[in-house]
Amino acid sequence: MSETTWETVIGLEVHAELATRTKLFSGALNHFGSEPNTNVDPVSLGLPGSLPVLNRAAVELAIRVGLALHCEIRPSVFARKNYFYPDMPKDFQISQYDQPIDLGGWLELPEGKRIGITRAHLEEDTGKNTHVGGSGRIGGADYSLIDYNRAGVPLLEIVSEPDLRSADEARAYVGELRAILVAIGASDGKMEEGSLRVDCNVSVRRPGEPFGTRCEIKNVNSLRSLGRAVDYETRRQIDLIEAGDKVRQETRHWDENGGRTTPGRSKENSEDYRYFPEPDLVPVVPDPAWIEEIRAALPRLPAERRHDLAAAAGLTPTDLTVIVAVDRGADATALEAIAAGADAVRVLTHIEHNLAVEGADALSGSTLAALVGMETSGALTATQAKTVLAELVTLAVSGVQGDPAAVAAAKGFEAMNTGAFDAAVDAVIADNAEEWERFKAGDPKERGKLTGFFVGKVMKSTKGQADGKAVTAALLSRAG
Amino acid sequence: MSATAVDIAADVRAGRRSALDVVEAALAAIAARDGELNAFNTVTADQARAAAASIDARVAAGEDVGPLAGVPVALKDNLCTRGVPTTCSSKILAGWKPPYDATVVGRLVAAGAIMVGKTNLDEFAMGSSTENSAFGPTRNPHDPTRVPGGSSGGSAAAVAAGFVPLSLGSDTGGSIRQPAALCGVVGVKPTYGRVSRYGLVAFASSLDQIGPFATTVADAAACYDVIAGWDPFDSTSIPEPLEPTSAALGRGVQGLRVGVVSEMTSEAMGIAPDVLVRVREAADALAAAGATVTEVSVPACVYGLSAYYLIAPAEASSNLARFDGVRFGLRVDAPTTAEMQRATRTAGFGPEVKRRIMLGTYALCAGYYDAYYGKAQRVRRLILEDFERAYGEVDVLLSPTSPTTAFPLGAKTTDPLTMYLNDVCTIPSNLAGHPALSVPFGTGSDGMPVGVQLMGPALSESLLFQVAAVLEASSS
Repeated sequence: MSETTWETVIGLEVHAELATRTKLFSGALNHFGSEPNTNVDPVSLGLPGSLPVLNRAAVELAIRVGLALHCEIRPSVFARKNYFYPDMPKDFQISQYDQPIDLGGWLELPEGKRIGITRAHLEEDTGKNTHVGGSGRIGGADYSLIDYNRAGVPLLEIVSEPDLRSADEARAYVGELRAILVAIGASDGKMEEGSLRVDCNVSVRRPGEPFGTRCEIKNVNSLRSLGRAVDYETRRQIDLIEAGDKVRQETRHWDENGGRTTPGRSKENSEDYRYFPEPDLVPVVPDPAWIEEIRAALPRLPAERRHDLAAAAGLTPTDLTVIVAVDRGADATALEAIAAGADAVRVLTHIEHNLAVEGADALSGSTLAALVGMETSGALTATQAKTVLAELVTLAVSGVQGDPAAVAAAKGFEAMNTGAFDAAVDAVIADNAEEWERFKAGDPKERGKLTGFFVGKVMKSTKGQADGKAVTAALLSRAG
Repeated sequence: MSATAVDIAADVRAGRRSALDVVEAALAAIAARDGELNAFNTVTADQARAAAASIDARVAAGEDVGPLAGVPVALKDNLCTRGVPTTCSSKILAGWKPPYDATVVGRLVAAGAIMVGKTNLDEFAMGSSTENSAFGPTRNPHDPTRVPGGSSGGSAAAVAAGFVPLSLGSDTGGSIRQPAALCGVVGVKPTYGRVSRYGLVAFASSLDQIGPFATTVADAAACYDVIAGWDPFDSTSIPEPLEPTSAALGRGVQGLRVGVVSEMTSEAMGIAPDVLVRVREAADALAAAGATVTEVSVPACVYGLSAYYLIAPAEASSNLARFDGVRFGLRVDAPTTAEMQRATRTAGFGPEVKRRIMLGTYALCAGYYDAYYGKAQRVRRLILEDFERAYGEVDVLLSPTSPTTAFPLGAKTTDPLTMYLNDVCTIPSNLAGHPALSVPFGTGSDGMPVGVQLMGPALSESLLFQVAAVLEASSS
């Protein structure tokens, strides 16, 4: 196997359950976790004589997603996709086929790469089968139970171009898409509840060659599974080709426990869905004024927020601390702290490392700024600041924005005066003359190791009152 | 029951006659003769008596009980009725009781009408003689050796036999108008979208429309006024407000332009000479009443039958997929789900339904879609354009409803194509989505009723009733 000479090509189909109150075509509730078959009505059960009526809220969310993904919002038509399956009440699915509502957009990954969006279209979800006894699969179970609560829940199927080239990119894409969907209120994005389901098309090729034969992988239920499935499938296809075989176009099933994909139905014998326009519904032609109203009401999207924060912090939008802050929804706090004059790098470092805790969002930017100010002035060491910060979060959760200086004083944290600090550093250098000579010699590797050694000694002698960064700076200046 | 719906409602509202008395008379008439005719699949006697008693109590309390107060109505058995079997005359729906009422049922009840039962039909409304029923054929009240037409044969026969003054049918390619013609009653197919289809078990969704049968044009108009109008539960429902059509009835036809459709009055189209005679007489009667009568061509309508037998089966093949033994109706057990579905559908559907499911499945297949379904939709557009051109020249169109009078039972059951030709004059209006009605106009050489068809542009129901009233007056 020689993976370096191969390129993985990935396109994703993400099914997002839209966060509407009711279903796509009826007034039954769209709610996860209810008792089986309680969120149903004649339409969601496909009873004879029932007719679909399109939910305006679902159309609005589809438009919101389309706008957030830079798509063109188009007049769209529902079609019937005909196939027999017991979890499909009507034995056809109402889905947008050749005329989807959202067409041709893009999504920017946090590291900056743009991934094309082919289309996004509305369709209804199916019910859920539980196969009991026997093999536990539809072919060999003793009996099957069907819950139609999910039948008719609005789905938006978002199809990407085959622009992704690695498991990491695939994960980043889904992560960013989820962040967008959540930010605009289109979906709760919970993969574990099936609100977000990913089918992934994987093929391999040698760079520059045309696309290889792809396999569609289903049952990918987490970002972790997505990465594992892509890696497994890539290796499987490369092995096949290098052994002189061909990749067969088929649907494969991700087996989470086995860590592998297994063949499902072959696309060569794929069913003929006999699509035709749904005669019970009329075309969806959103009023341009309505679309503009929806556009105007869109919140700042994650990518825009990364740019905002990066600009304020003097960093690039692809800086990890910027990505993390936006991902955690802490960018507003960070911007407030930076605007109050706090050092941006320290602010973002705290958010990344010390504020990844429950209740951190209660802390105001100005409180964080005050703390960072004490740190910058040398009044608190990094270690002390971390302790004070934890206390400030606890206070914030209880509704009080604490005063960092008061918290520090209560904890007995006093800044070392310069004299005591210098004395401590000099004492450690004197006590470890041999190491000091090696440090001064200036071999970068050696210096790196010895910096840790000296900082540790100083911290110990000052009982943690000295600031690690200040010690490092002092060592460097003394070494000349 | 010889009284009209309008008269019954007037009497019941005024307290001159009790609704219970009206209902008992209807039930007695059904009991006396429906054994022979088989118009009803279900008679809801107890429910009808209870509803009548409630109407009478409300009249006594001085309430307004609606424009159809105490009027007994029969409903085609493909209209959902809460808690009452709705079979579509198919074994596959055996025992199914809908948990909800069709919109039209709710509107009739709200208007004071009383359901006395559900009527026989060709299975899933597929047929023109009511012989394709799992519960045996309905017979024509004028001659029980003959068919009543179909698919709404039970509803037509129930009115023609005097069981009820009003009934509802559904019309996908002529299933109200053709049996109305063959049974000698008035039958109306409204504009597509004018009457909500919510609760009508779908045959071909883009063509199906519910409408009334009545003994008089005035009764048909009164019933139409009750059932028509926008319904939020049917997305294809037309939002335009509804003007009561009853007001138009006495206006006559002075100055109206009537076009006789040349393609539908040619013996080459298989129209029987004795039927053509009546159509010409009807044209003369309208001319005598002051209308200008001309011959008008609607060229594309000769392709209507072919287009219809692609579009309707295609939609039916999808609409009837849900009858799979999983959630309701018949289930024939088998080891696997797929085998259970196959066994259920094999046992549950009759031969005509299976034929159309196969036709429609074929027409929608990936390789044939453009050649069949796509082309049929283009023909449909041509027919609509031809009609719209014709309505630039005339106000209404006149034609036979059915090529012949009622034929003997069994005469056409062995040859589906001959049976399909019954709808040659009625199908074009379904394809265009336009309203049309059949009004009795004399008899054929066999003494059986002949109906003539009036067609008009979208939402011209008022005008059609207005012209039909003139024909009704001149034929009696």
